[in-house]
Amino acid sequence: MGVPIIEVRNLSKHYFIGHKGAWGSYKRLSEIIVDYARHPVESIRGARSKKEEIWALKDVSFNVDKGEVIGLIGRNGAGKTTVLKIMSKITYPTAGEIILRGRVGSLLEVGTGFHPELTGRENIYMSGAILGMRKVEIERNFEDIVKFAEVEKFLDTPVKRYSSGMYVRLAFAVAAHLEPEILLVDEVLAVGDAQFQKKCLGKIKDVSEGGRTVLFVSHNMAAIEGLCEKTIWLEQGSMKMYADSHDVVAEYLRMASFSKENNLDSPTISRKGSGQARFTWLQLMNQHGAPVESITEGEPFRLRLNLRVEKPIEMKIIGVTFRDKVGRNILTTVHYDSLDLEQLDRGSYIFSVHIEPNPFLRGNLNIGLGCYGTNFSEYDVIDDAYNFNITPNLDSKDALRWRPGVVNIPAKWELIEENH
Amino acid sequence: MVTDVKVRVISQRSTRSLRNTLSEIWANRELLYFFVWKEIKIRYKQTAIGATWAILQPLLTMVIFTAVFGIGLGIKTGDVPYPIFVYSGLLLWIYFSTSVNNASSSIVSNAQLLSKVYFPRMLLPLSACLVGLLDFALASMILIVMMFYFNIAPTLWLLLILLPLLLSMLLGAGLGFWLSAVSAKYRDVHYIVPFSIQLLLFASPVIYPPSLVGGSWSWILTINPLAGIINFQRAIVLGTGVTDWAPLGISALLVILIFVGGMIYFSHYEREIADVI
Repeated sequence: MGVPIIEVRNLSKHYFIGHKGAWGSYKRLSEIIVDYARHPVESIRGARSKKEEIWALKDVSFNVDKGEVIGLIGRNGAGKTTVLKIMSKITYPTAGEIILRGRVGSLLEVGTGFHPELTGRENIYMSGAILGMRKVEIERNFEDIVKFAEVEKFLDTPVKRYSSGMYVRLAFAVAAHLEPEILLVDEVLAVGDAQFQKKCLGKIKDVSEGGRTVLFVSHNMAAIEGLCEKTIWLEQGSMKMYADSHDVVAEYLRMASFSKENNLDSPTISRKGSGQARFTWLQLMNQHGAPVESITEGEPFRLRLNLRVEKPIEMKIIGVTFRDKVGRNILTTVHYDSLDLEQLDRGSYIFSVHIEPNPFLRGNLNIGLGCYGTNFSEYDVIDDAYNFNITPNLDSKDALRWRPGVVNIPAKWELIEENH
Repeated sequence: MVTDVKVRVISQRSTRSLRNTLSEIWANRELLYFFVWKEIKIRYKQTAIGATWAILQPLLTMVIFTAVFGIGLGIKTGDVPYPIFVYSGLLLWIYFSTSVNNASSSIVSNAQLLSKVYFPRMLLPLSACLVGLLDFALASMILIVMMFYFNIAPTLWLLLILLPLLLSMLLGAGLGFWLSAVSAKYRDVHYIVPFSIQLLLFASPVIYPPSLVGGSWSWILTINPLAGIINFQRAIVLGTGVTDWAPLGISALLVILIFVGGMIYFSHYEREIADVI
C-alpha cells in the first residue's frame, strides 16, 4: 500500500469557552480590564480563569491511503468539521499532528467567496481563486464549470438574481473542478434537487476514480454508503469506529435510534443571549410523534423543544426559523400564533411545534431557535440548532421532477377558457 | 505513488518565519489581485455615481476645510494658497485613513470566509490598502487641475511622488495588521479606530502648517510618522523642495518598524484567528 497520504496522529483540539458562553467567544476589552483590576495577581497568573475547556477532538488517529474515499459521520458537534478544518489549515490542533502528502482542496460550504453583486462569470473567478485555483486553472476549466452548472445564459447576471438551485449548482461546479490530491467535502450535497445531487455524487465518484483521495462528511447515510469504502464515526471528539462503511453506518443508525434527542445544552453550541432561559434540547419527529432525522416532502412533522427557565422571565417571543443551505430565512413560526404565554416561572417547558402542512421542498434545512423578552432582548438565540434534510417523496408524481423553489403551497388551477 | 515532495505537517508547533509569510503572500499574489478586483467591482456596482465619489469626497472636504480653517480661522500658509496647501496633504490623509479603517475591520468583516477556507490571512488587510490606490489616483487629478489653476509649476521633485504614497501605504498596512488581528478578539477596536483616526488628523499637519505648532507640542509631529510623510509630499508637490531629510528618515524608520512589527504580530496570531473570531 505504501505510505498513507493522510496520517492523523493523536489529534486533539480544545477551545476555551467563557462561562458566560452566551457572549460568544470574543471578549470585550472592558471585561478584561475589570477582571485584571479586581483580581490583578490571579489574572496575571491565569489562575482565575473563568474559562471552560471544551475538547472538540480528543486523541484521534487514523490513516488514509491514496485514492480512498472515506466517510466521516457523527452527530452535530462530534468533531467532523473540526477535523476538516484542521486539515485545511483554517484552525490548528492543540496537540497531535496531521501529515499530508498532497495538495489539499476543501469544500466546507457551498459558495465560499461568492458575492451576490458579482456576476456568475466574476464569481467563478473569485471563488476559484479563494478555493486555491490559479487563474490559468480557472480559465482552463471555465467552459466545464459553466456547462456543469448549466448557467450558460446567466453568466453575466449578478448571482443575487439566481434561483437558489442555480446558485448552488454554480457554486458546486467551481469547487468540483478543484484539482487537489486530497479533497475535503463537508455536507454540501444536501442542497439542490435530486438530479443535481446525483450529478454531484457522480462528480465526487469521478474525482475518486481519478486516483484522488476524498474525505466526505455527510448526514446522508445513503450517500456515505454509496460513495465511501470506509467510514469514520466520531462521537464527542473521539473516534468511535473506523471500518467498512456498511458496518459503521449500520451501527451508527442502531445507536442513533436510542438517543435521538438533540442536545442543545452542550458548550459546543454557539449561542447568544442572557441565558435566563435556555433551549436544552430539540427533537425532530414525524407526524406520528416518532423521532426521525429527515422528513419526506409533503409529510407533516413536529419539532419538540425544551426551554429551561432559570429565573422568572417576561417572555415575548419564542421563534423557530427554518433556513436553507445558503442561509436564507425560509419560514419563521412563533409561539403566539397559537399560545398565550407571557410570564414564565422558573422551570422546564416542553413545546411541540406542528408543521402541518409541510411546505418545504427537498433540500437541507437549518433550524434556528430564539427566545426573546421585551424590546427583543435576547434570552437565548441559537442560529444553528439542528440540521436535517427534506427528502424527495418517491411515491408522488413529483418525485423525479424538479419544482423550482424552496416551498410549495397548494394552489388551485382552473381552466377558464378553451378555444379550438 | 505518493511522493514525499509535498509533505506537509500540521501541528501545534507549526509556526512560520517572516520569510515564509512573505513567500506565502507572494505565492498568493493572484488571490490578492482578485480581492482588490472584487472590492473595486462591488463598490462600483453598488453606487450610482461610482468613481465620482473618489473625486467628490476629497474635493468637498477641501472646500469645507478651506472655508472653516483657511477663511474662517485664517490659518496662514505662507505664499501657498490654502486650498492647494490643504489638498496636497488631504490626498494622502484620505488614502491613509480609509486604508487603516478598512484594513482594521477586514478580518472581522470576513469572519464567515475565514472560517470556511484557508488563505494567507494577511491578504485581507493588504488588499484593503491596495483598493484605495485607485481612489488616490482619481483624486490626484484634482490636484493636477489645482496646480494649473494656482499656477504652481511642477518641478523635478515631483518624480518622488510615489515615495510618500508608498510610505503611507506601508503605514496603513502595518497599522492594519496590528488592528485587524486585535479586533478579531476585541471588537472594541471597531470603536477606537475611527475615533483615533479623527484625533490623528489633528495631530498631523494636514489642515495647518507644521510651523503653527508651538514648541511644547512639536514633539507630536516628530513622533507622528504621518507628519514627516505629509510635509514631504507637500514639499514635492508645491516644488519647495527638501533640504532636511531627517524628518522623512525618522518617519520612514517608524513606518518600517510598525509595518514589520505588524507583520510579525499578525503572522504569530494568524492561526488563532478562526478560533476567536
